[in-house]
Amino acid sequence: MLADNLLSPVILAFVLGVVAALVRSDLRLPESLFKGLSIYLLLAIGLKGGVELSRTPLEVFAGPAALTLGLGLVTPLSAYAVLRRLGRFDRVNAAAIAAHYGSVSAVTFIVAVAFATGAGTAPEGYLPALVAILEVPAIAVALMIAFTREKRAGSWQDSLHEVLTGRSIVLLVGGLLIGWAVGPDRFEPAKPFFVGGFQGALVLFLLEMGIVAAGRLRDLRTVGPFLIGFGIVMPIVHGLASVWLAGFTGLSPAGAAVLGAMVSSASYIAAPAAVRIALPEANPTYYLTSSLGITFPFNVTLGIPLYYAFATWLAA
Amino acid sequence: MHTTTLKLVTIVTERILEDRLLRLITAKGAKGYTLTQATGKGSRGVRASEWEGPDTRIETLVGPDVADAIVAEIAGKYFEHYAVIVFVQDAEVVRGEKYL
Repeated sequence: MLADNLLSPVILAFVLGVVAALVRSDLRLPESLFKGLSIYLLLAIGLKGGVELSRTPLEVFAGPAALTLGLGLVTPLSAYAVLRRLGRFDRVNAAAIAAHYGSVSAVTFIVAVAFATGAGTAPEGYLPALVAILEVPAIAVALMIAFTREKRAGSWQDSLHEVLTGRSIVLLVGGLLIGWAVGPDRFEPAKPFFVGGFQGALVLFLLEMGIVAAGRLRDLRTVGPFLIGFGIVMPIVHGLASVWLAGFTGLSPAGAAVLGAMVSSASYIAAPAAVRIALPEANPTYYLTSSLGITFPFNVTLGIPLYYAFATWLAA
Repeated sequence: MHTTTLKLVTIVTERILEDRLLRLITAKGAKGYTLTQATGKGSRGVRASEWEGPDTRIETLVGPDVADAIVAEIAGKYFEHYAVIVFVQDAEVVRGEKYL
């Protein structure tokens, strides 16, 4: 199963990006293409999720949605506690990193869906709605930790505005609403573009992700062994706990595995922008290197197969 | 040709601050500005704006009082925690009254 994951074009494109950066190739996707691809991917998962949501009864969706919201509120707290107690981080840096680990990486989600589908069991189609639920609360909770008790240089109101109006939330929520409103039949004409081209776009996107992730690798020495360990162990703990809890909400094993991957993942689009505005004192090297240089590569290569294996083992 | 001596204020900073700085300079009295994408390297070396693309370079022609106000506000608000470069030059400007 692990070999199946590692031998997908998506993962190998990521590896190619890492290798290209390590050998100092001049390969980089043009910024506008990369941004365009991220818009396409986010809108596509929003639309597909919305269409599926339109034919999902509320009582099926309510359990997983409530669990996701709960996990979004709890995971920044657990990450913060570990960073403070075991990692001896100061409040600001701990809160900044916790915001990233509570929030979600949409690309990790997409790779997890692709993996589960490739393994033969498609997860529930409405899962993108859960990504939207998971993205914002964690950032708000982490910023609240940082802003209670002390006055700060940044502004959390500005920062929340940044998250809520950022392109990932606008596209995801907007796509969900459009998909939900039009339903399966009227989505049909747009489907070849958004569904057929999706995997190819993902391959291109992951190529650039590899280059960006490899760029953070030289900072590994600066962040130290604790944060490297944190970037691997924290996702495993969050991921496995979520998979286990998801079983009680009626999610299929594949759906539980994808939820595990979502909760374990660390945001690197919405959270860094929000944290830079709200907590400018926090060191970006810590949160970007751990989320982008450690957790993302770990999750897409080893983490997702692990959550999937755990979910199928629980179900058996 | 008749020229007026004005101040050319140049700000090079993280993309994430672009909107905020444009609001700031407009509030201080700048009548317009020029934006350019910029990339480079400085003392900070780290930038959270990797996902927001390259840095931004803001240029604006203003009177001396406005230039002082802009520099003071940026220094107070952003120098400590963000990557910001600000410098002011004299500029001989044609149709200078447009900018005052």
